[in-house]
Amino acid sequence: MRRLVLISVPYLWLLALFLIPFLIVLKISLSDTALAIPPYLPTLDLSEGWVGIKAFFAELDFENFRFLTEDDLYWKAYLSSLQIAAISTLLTLLVGYPIAYGMAMAPDQWRPTLMMLVILPFWTSFLIRVYSWMGILSSEGVLNQFLSWIGLIDQPLTILNTNTAVYIGIVYTYLPFMILPIYATLEKLDGSLLEAAEDLGCSRLSAFWLVTIPLSKQGIIAGCFLVFIPVIGEFVIPSLLGGSGTLMIGKVLWEEFFNNRDWPVASAVAVLLLLILIIPIILFQRNEQKQREREG
Amino acid sequence: MRRMTWFNATSLTLGFAFLYLPMVILVIYSFNESKLVTVWAGFSTKWYGELLRNEAFLDAAWVTVQVAVASSTIATVLGTMAAYVLVRAGRFHGRTLFSGMIYAPLVMPEVITGLSLLLLFIGIGLDRGILTIILAHTTFSMCYVSVVVSSRLVGFDRSLEEAALDLGCTPFESFRLVTLPIIAPAVISGWLLAFTLSLDDLVIASFTAGPSATTLPIKIFSAVRLGVSPEINALSTIMIAIVTVGVITASVISKRATLMQQRDEQAAARTA
Repeated sequence: MRRLVLISVPYLWLLALFLIPFLIVLKISLSDTALAIPPYLPTLDLSEGWVGIKAFFAELDFENFRFLTEDDLYWKAYLSSLQIAAISTLLTLLVGYPIAYGMAMAPDQWRPTLMMLVILPFWTSFLIRVYSWMGILSSEGVLNQFLSWIGLIDQPLTILNTNTAVYIGIVYTYLPFMILPIYATLEKLDGSLLEAAEDLGCSRLSAFWLVTIPLSKQGIIAGCFLVFIPVIGEFVIPSLLGGSGTLMIGKVLWEEFFNNRDWPVASAVAVLLLLILIIPIILFQRNEQKQREREG
Repeated sequence: MRRMTWFNATSLTLGFAFLYLPMVILVIYSFNESKLVTVWAGFSTKWYGELLRNEAFLDAAWVTVQVAVASSTIATVLGTMAAYVLVRAGRFHGRTLFSGMIYAPLVMPEVITGLSLLLLFIGIGLDRGILTIILAHTTFSMCYVSVVVSSRLVGFDRSLEEAALDLGCTPFESFRLVTLPIIAPAVISGWLLAFTLSLDDLVIASFTAGPSATTLPIKIFSAVRLGVSPEINALSTIMIAIVTVGVITASVISKRATLMQQRDEQAAARTA
C-alpha cells in the first residue's frame, strides 16, 4: 500500500504534466488552424461518445508537416540549427580540451578551486551570461574599443547580431559542459602510460596524440553530446546575439507561436525537432552505457 | 604524471579569463555614471538606486523567489520519491515508462516543454499565473533532483536500512532515521539545483506565465532585447554576487561536514 503511494505520486505527476502535454502537442500538430479559441480544429468532444472520437480522428492529418516541407524557411532553419550546433560543438571542444587538460595536470591542491571556478558560472544565470556579451561585442562595445585602442582596426567590427556572436555565446555558455566530462577522464589517466610512450621514443606531442587523446575519447564524446543536443533547440542565444540572418529552429518555434499565433504549425515544428534530436540522444545514451559497462 | 608546463599554465589562464572577463566587465559597467553603457563617465551607484525604485522589477523579483521556493521544495519531495522508486522499488508495471519520463525532460528542448505545458493549461482551462509557472518548474526540476538523489542512493549500504528494520523500525522510520540523514547532502544539492534552475528559467516561464505574473528573467529578456542597459547590469551584478556568496558558503560548509565526518569516523575507529 505504502509502496503504491510512493510510486503513484511522482508517476501521476509526470503523466499529467509531461506525457499528456506532449500528446496534446502531437494532436495539435495534426489539427488545422482555425480562427477560434483555442485556435485549432478539431477539438475532442467526449460528450458525443464513440462517434465523436471517430470523427475527431478522421479530421487529423499531416497537412502541417507537408506545409513544413514545402516552405523552405523550416528546412533551412532545421539545417542551420544542425550546422550551428555542429560547428559550435567543435569550437567548444577546441577551447575546452586545453582547459580540461591544464586542470588535470595542475597540482593536486589547486584542483578543488579550479573545479569550483568551472562550476561557478553554471550556477550564474544563463541569461545574464549571454547578455554580458552584448556589451562586449556591439559596435561601440568593449572589444571594438580595445581593438581600435591598440590600433588593430580603424572601423568597428560588426560582430553582434551575426552568427559569429552566436558561436561565441554558445562556446561561452556551454564550456563547462565540455570541460567537466573531459577533465573526469583525463584525471583518471595513468601517467605511467605517457612515460612508457616517451621511453619508447615518442615525442611529447605524438604521445599526446597516440595515448592521451584516445584514452580521453569517452569524455570527448560525452562533452560533445552535452553541448550538441541542447544547442539544437537553443532560443536565448540566437535571439539576443544573433541577427535576422540567424536561423535556428527554437527561435522559429517561438516566433511561430508568439508572433504568428499559429499553434498547429508551432506544434509540428516541435514534433519534428524532437524527431531530429532522438538520434543524438540515443547515441549519447549508448555511449554512457558503454562507459558504465567498462567501469562496472 | 603532473606537468605544469607553460602550455598548461597559459591555457588555464586564457580559459579562466574567457570564463570570467565578460562577467567582470558587466560588473564594472554597472558602476558607470553614464547611461551609455560603453562610455566610462566615472564611478556611481545610481543605477542600483534606480533599480530599487523600479516597482516592476521588484514585483518580478518577488514572483521569481516565490516560484523558485515553492517549485524547488515540491520538486525535491517528488524527485526524492522518484529516485527512491527508481533505485529501491524493484520491478513494477510501467517502470520503463517511469524512468523514461524521468530522463526525457533532461534532454527535452525548453521550447517544447514550455509549449506543451501551455497547451495543457489552456486545454484544461487553468488561468496562467504563479501557479502554472510553479507546476511547470516543478515538473522539469524534479527530474534533475531525482537524478542527483538516485546517484547517492545507488552508492549506499543497504544493510544499514535492513539493520534498522530488524531493530524494529517501521519502513518510514527507517527512511527518516537512517536513509534521509545519509542522502541529505544529495537532497540539499538537489534542492539548490532546482532552485537555481527555476530562478534562471526564461523559456518555460515565458510560455506558462500570464499577464498577472511576470518573472525576473522574462523582465530582463524583454529589457535587453532593446539593447544593453546599466540598470540590467546592476541587477546582474546583484544576482552574480548572491550566487558567488551562496556557492562559496555551500562549498565551505560541505568541506567542513566531510572533515567532521572523517574525524568522527577516526574517533570511532580508535574507540572500537
